[in-house]
Amino acid sequence: MALAEFTQRPGLLLGAAIVLHVALISAQVNSVSGLPVLQVVTFGSFAELQRMVTGAMTGAQDLWTGYIDLRHVGAENAALKQELQALQIRLQEERAMAQRTQDLRQLLELRQRAELETTAAEIIAAGASPEFRTVTIDKGSTDRLATDMAVISPAGVVGRVILSSPRASKVQLLVDRNAAAGAIVERSRAQGVVVGLGADGLRMDYVPGTADVKPGDLVVTSGIDGIYPKGFVIGTVDTVERGFGTYHEIRVRPAVEFSRLEEVLVVLTPPPGRESTEVKEQP
Amino acid sequence: MKLALNLMAIAAALALQTTLTSFVPETAAIDLVLIVVVYLALSFGPTTGIVAGTAAGLIQDSLSSGIMGIGALAKTLVGFAAGRIGTQFIVTAPLPRFVVFVGATVLHAVVFMGLYELLGLREFPDPYAAVAGQAVGNAVVGVVGFQLLEWFPGFLARRRLRRPMRR
Repeated sequence: MALAEFTQRPGLLLGAAIVLHVALISAQVNSVSGLPVLQVVTFGSFAELQRMVTGAMTGAQDLWTGYIDLRHVGAENAALKQELQALQIRLQEERAMAQRTQDLRQLLELRQRAELETTAAEIIAAGASPEFRTVTIDKGSTDRLATDMAVISPAGVVGRVILSSPRASKVQLLVDRNAAAGAIVERSRAQGVVVGLGADGLRMDYVPGTADVKPGDLVVTSGIDGIYPKGFVIGTVDTVERGFGTYHEIRVRPAVEFSRLEEVLVVLTPPPGRESTEVKEQP
Repeated sequence: MKLALNLMAIAAALALQTTLTSFVPETAAIDLVLIVVVYLALSFGPTTGIVAGTAAGLIQDSLSSGIMGIGALAKTLVGFAAGRIGTQFIVTAPLPRFVVFVGATVLHAVVFMGLYELLGLREFPDPYAAVAGQAVGNAVVGVVGFQLLEWFPGFLARRRLRRPMRR
């Protein structure tokens, strides 16, 4: 009966024959590792079987966990999205807080370094008209602010106070078309006047064509205008061209990024020669 | 009866193999036992192929100085494969038979040499030309032998028919 079954199933017969041959070979030789070939072959075959079974089990497990058992994933996904959004908002808050802290620290350092009496102010509003580059700060005449006081930031000169109410002041930014400041090229000491060009930045006028000015030169306040203290950064020379007449046509890139301003310092100490305009302290 | 005939065919192939080589050394490359195993497998199926391969291989191994079982394992696999091909495909024309003989020789060489190499018992440096030559030789002898064995019974029958009836 068994023999008939064997003859009808060549696969079984082949398996039996292979086992027989391997056993026969194993009885005669050892493998390279010194172990009987039968042991090596049996172990190798069984290891392959184990590998296949493990692979099938892992595949089934992956299929179950990855595709079939996804009942709670929808709700979990929604909860996670909500949590992610909350964390993103929290991150933005933290980032804003860190940036604000850094800005305030820089402002404080500037205040200590400037040796000028200053007061910190926060920008509470931008200009009402796009034609005029102004901002509103939260300090006014009650804080001893007056017109033509210089407004600075850690990066450089911001502008001047043009209108002061008891609790707020309007500041004309240096890039406003009506703004101007006495300036000097720090490297060559060439003097001129920096005027605002609106959104296009600044231009330095009245610099003689013989003056040594190069792109990249630092432009600082000269202090001769009676508003801005001497030596504060205005910006860097962007381009230098031969203008009409005997003057250079110099474009200056502002050091201050006016669109990102949040806190500024108002210089309470008037420049030399303007003491008479100092505002009397409020009682 | 069939088993006995198979064993006789194998024995005859072995005898021919051992004697023919003495007279014609060039025939040493041809494996007559393998040819018989393939012939039996193609004619009677995989079971016969396995039995024939096992028996022929064991006898051949016992007569040689190699490890007993390696040649047998190779011939068993060849017998099974040839038997399967014989049952799954129509292998009656010379060309398909030629291909089967070539394939059987290559399979045998791969298993035989591979096992010896695997066990570190023997090395076969650059065996490709030898295996290719043996494959072609086995295929030619196998196909011719197949044709003769198929032609011979018909020839006998026709001769018997031509013989005048005696009363």
